[in-house]
Amino acid sequence: MTTPLSHLEQIKVNSRYLRGTIEEGLNDPITGAISDDDNKLLKFHGSYQQDDRDVRDERRKRKLEPAYSFMIRARLPGGVVTPKQWLELDQVATTWATRGLRITTRQTFQWHGVVKRNLKATMQAINSAMTTTLAACGDVNRQVVGAVNPHLSSQHRLVHEWAQKLSDHFLPRTGAYHEIWLGGEKITPDQDEEPLYGTTYLPRKFKMGVTIPPLNDVDVFAQDLGLIAIIENGELQGFNVAIGGGMGATHGDSSTYPRLGSVIGFVTPDRLIATAEGVVTLQRDHGNRVERQYARLKYTLDHLGLEWFKSELEARIGFQLEPVRPYHFDNNGDHYGWIQGEDGKWHLGLYIEAGRLWDENGLQLLTGMREIARIHKGEFHLTCNQNLVIVNVDEKDKARIDQLVSQYSLNGYENQSGIRRHSIACVALPTCGLAMAESERYAPVLLPKLEALLEQHGLKDAPILLRLSGCPNGCSRPYLGEIALVGRALGRYDLRLAADFTGQRLNTLYRENITEPEILSALDALFASYAAERRPNEYFGDFLIRSKVIPEPERHLIPIVLESTQA
Amino acid sequence: MKSVMLALSQIPESKQVLLKQLTEDLDTQSLSWLSGYFAGLASRAPAGPSAQKIASVAPAAAATPRPLTVLYGSQTGNAKRVAEALYEQLRSTGLPARLVRADRYTTRELKDEQLLYVVISTQGDGEAPDDAIGFVEFLSGRRAPKLPSLHYAVLGLGDSSYPDFCGIARRIDERLAELGATRVHDLGTADLDVETIAKPWSQKALEQARSVLQQNEQQQPSASITPLHPKTGRFSREAPFEAELLLNQPITAPGSDKDIRHIELSLEDSQLSYQPGDALGIWPVQSEALVAEVLQQLGLDGEKSVSVNDAEHPLKDWLGLHRELTQLTRPFLQAHAERAESAELSQLLQPDQSEAFRELVSTHQLVDVLRKYPASWSAEELVQALRPLAPRLYSIASSQSVVEDEVHLTVANVDYEFEGYRRSGAASGFLSRTAEGERVRVFIEENTRFRLPVDTSRDVIMIGPGTGVAPFRAFVQERAIQGSKGRNWLFFGNPHFDADFLYQTEWQAALRDGQLDRLDLAFSRDQEKKIYVQDRMLEQASELFAWIQAGAHVYVCGDANRMAKDVHATLLRIAQQEGGLDPVQSKHWLDELAAQGRYARDVY
Repeated sequence: MTTPLSHLEQIKVNSRYLRGTIEEGLNDPITGAISDDDNKLLKFHGSYQQDDRDVRDERRKRKLEPAYSFMIRARLPGGVVTPKQWLELDQVATTWATRGLRITTRQTFQWHGVVKRNLKATMQAINSAMTTTLAACGDVNRQVVGAVNPHLSSQHRLVHEWAQKLSDHFLPRTGAYHEIWLGGEKITPDQDEEPLYGTTYLPRKFKMGVTIPPLNDVDVFAQDLGLIAIIENGELQGFNVAIGGGMGATHGDSSTYPRLGSVIGFVTPDRLIATAEGVVTLQRDHGNRVERQYARLKYTLDHLGLEWFKSELEARIGFQLEPVRPYHFDNNGDHYGWIQGEDGKWHLGLYIEAGRLWDENGLQLLTGMREIARIHKGEFHLTCNQNLVIVNVDEKDKARIDQLVSQYSLNGYENQSGIRRHSIACVALPTCGLAMAESERYAPVLLPKLEALLEQHGLKDAPILLRLSGCPNGCSRPYLGEIALVGRALGRYDLRLAADFTGQRLNTLYRENITEPEILSALDALFASYAAERRPNEYFGDFLIRSKVIPEPERHLIPIVLESTQA
Repeated sequence: MKSVMLALSQIPESKQVLLKQLTEDLDTQSLSWLSGYFAGLASRAPAGPSAQKIASVAPAAAATPRPLTVLYGSQTGNAKRVAEALYEQLRSTGLPARLVRADRYTTRELKDEQLLYVVISTQGDGEAPDDAIGFVEFLSGRRAPKLPSLHYAVLGLGDSSYPDFCGIARRIDERLAELGATRVHDLGTADLDVETIAKPWSQKALEQARSVLQQNEQQQPSASITPLHPKTGRFSREAPFEAELLLNQPITAPGSDKDIRHIELSLEDSQLSYQPGDALGIWPVQSEALVAEVLQQLGLDGEKSVSVNDAEHPLKDWLGLHRELTQLTRPFLQAHAERAESAELSQLLQPDQSEAFRELVSTHQLVDVLRKYPASWSAEELVQALRPLAPRLYSIASSQSVVEDEVHLTVANVDYEFEGYRRSGAASGFLSRTAEGERVRVFIEENTRFRLPVDTSRDVIMIGPGTGVAPFRAFVQERAIQGSKGRNWLFFGNPHFDADFLYQTEWQAALRDGQLDRLDLAFSRDQEKKIYVQDRMLEQASELFAWIQAGAHVYVCGDANRMAKDVHATLLRIAQQEGGLDPVQSKHWLDELAAQGRYARDVY
């Protein structure tokens, strides 16, 4: 009668709350890997097994297994890092990882290349830096992202507080993490170890983000649960609730698609946790656990109906959502350079190419940031666009920071092109197992070529959102790029165009599975007409729609706003 | 599978099929037993016209005089080969000789010997080969009898780059004299170019034997039996097979400190056969660059024809194909020091400078010495002074039952920089730069002391760090195809897991398929404290001891200087710790294992 659960659901059921045989796998000296099933569980602990795909074939010939290593992701709600933490997490990068510190598109740190025998020590070091990796990946609520708005530090404080609360509330309760990584006493899992999640956790990953209009730097409509903070006269009134955003799709399968969140109402802060819990548990109970490719909340909504979901939610939480409050977004990018906040403190936004802080290719970005962390007294905020902000600098300390920023070539923001400053690239090869094409390593190859074209058309400073992705799963939120390349095979990409500049319109497939010369020639023609025909302050994506290069957006390409029947 | 390749001509054709059937799948030990059995039959049967008169191998009465014994102790097979050749020569001239391996020699017979020839190698810096440890101990000990009626001569084999060159042979030679025996001719000390010394020594031994035995006039028409020695077809050490190189595959990762190659060679149409445990001899060709460097240092013309010892080649061929260039010898250095009039070099050669000398020969090659201590040599003198090239032996890494016409090796490419110059090992460098499709001169070198148990239900414990793992790849392949019931336990070690786990994916598959039961790994540099195979053995002491007590065979392959000693000491310690033995008992325990053929080493 009942359709069998997907294999992954069985693994979760049998895992004794995420324990599985991870511990045994770590102790197996014959291989640098752990078992396939344990790998699925390891994600919940904040780590993925990967291998260096550059050397995979060569190692096979040498009768060596793939160069297995582990990616570890921290959980840093709202992307806030203290200088002390920075130094400790930098130490993790230099001691055990191979590719520096990587700022992710969910404003946290990732480390690559940690080998199995060092995994425990690395996890312990991350934990002793007063953070965790628990639920940084896996079918749970993950890193909660929050707007970085240093200009209004009081607002940022409010939002960050809620990001932290949401993060804490939805953190798994299993003792497995403590047992495996931190030498905790082994206990027999009790029945109620996960009161919220149960034995099977969520059907799929779940992402939350909080933003403060008019900035949409977290891409709030790409979240399963996006929260738009409504602040009036310095007081947090509450949040508009957007649900069902998500980026992932599969090439050639039109039943999978990116979707922007639907705005279903407004809640006051005191009702936020209850509302979020209602959304999460509804997804827990109704999400698809048979076919994993349809397990995200966006499909639950589209299969069961948004109206149905909202009324179920209200029944479950016992109150009605209020009508959506008005909001407006200007952009979804970051601010670069110095900016003075309302309290007189200074903040410096830095562009970090693909978020990679690494002493490589003659640069010393990691060292430079370490030197800054040694003298900085404020905080660091990581952004969802893979950049970072040095936050809360006194007037008198600005010069010293500037000197270090310049000494270590972290000052690219001063004269970079518009497109470079608005580019994001996912990790892809060589470490990501999903990558079909290059992304992070392709950015420095592609960008100079695009810049040359743009320069020819007088568009060097035009801000254009460029997003590179090695596969269609969407870590770099490619469906929200005015220009996006989504990898199909080595050297081949889908060219997608005409998202808007604020994260409120998805892009559209323009050319499928093409190579660099075709990409450059297609864009060259479009840049030419954009340069000639654009209106004042018209963004590239908007121009493409107006000039009918790309058709008018259909309803599913923009956020749906449910009109409250109670309004 | 290996076929028995005997000269069947002395047996009626009608019986040849039967004999073939009988011997087809038998291992060396069974064949040896049969040889004794047949010899016993022969001694009772009337001698046929072509049959030699031979005696039974059944132990003779203790007082029976032993007219002539050739006794050998051999690690790599060279001493055994020389001893066998001598024995054949003695036999072919009708002298009543027997050939005995040192660990099979009944030491109480020593006092009844009339003429004893000892051919024995010295390992590393003055150690006895594994099969002669007991004999050497007995002879040096207080229990050694007076030997007034014994006549003897000793031939040592060794490597003159070690200070205690042929030390074991020297000690035996002196000790026998001490015990009252008569030396019939002087100690021979053969360097890596064994034949240069061994041939004349054997010739002399042959002549001496005739005169000594005639004097004693105690000739009895008897000879003992030596194990049948399967001849490896048309090809041999002196007439090697030109094998095509099929694969030259690095198997350490690019980041490794080592460059280890998996080499596959074709034996197609050679009729060469081997068993797990055997070695492959490789005749290296010196690199052209190295030959050119030597010629340039000395200002000599490589095309010049040079005639030495009845052979004539262009000088570059002498150097490239017939002379050692990568290893130095004391005689050469002495001659060179005189020519160079170098006080510094002469000083290094003083007897009290053994440490400095060892350092010199282990780091310097011929060209380094020519560069640092210039001197002039004529082409003829140079060729005379340099040591003739010797083949290198590599433990075979494949089972012929699995790879059929192929033979696989695991070769560490010795390649390093010395004082700013690239240097490489003669054979490892040669193999590493040989391309697929090119040919390599090879021969099979038997190693009968390193054989899998005949009883396939026996467990085996294999200790093979580094390239020492090579024969165990052959063992595991062979045991898998035999369907052996016995369990297989491998200890492997190397510096780094990521880069140096030789044959990692094969071992993983073998574990998965039940062809390997246990694999314990020691990667010395992956943590602060260095961990070696012997540390892993100690961690598993209780189980290891239980396996051995239940009949397991223990094999050790690899570095002789440190690893094999440490493993040996660890086995003793395990016997003491787990078996409650005292140091003397544990030594007996291990000696007994070795005597039973259950503790075998292939170390170099």
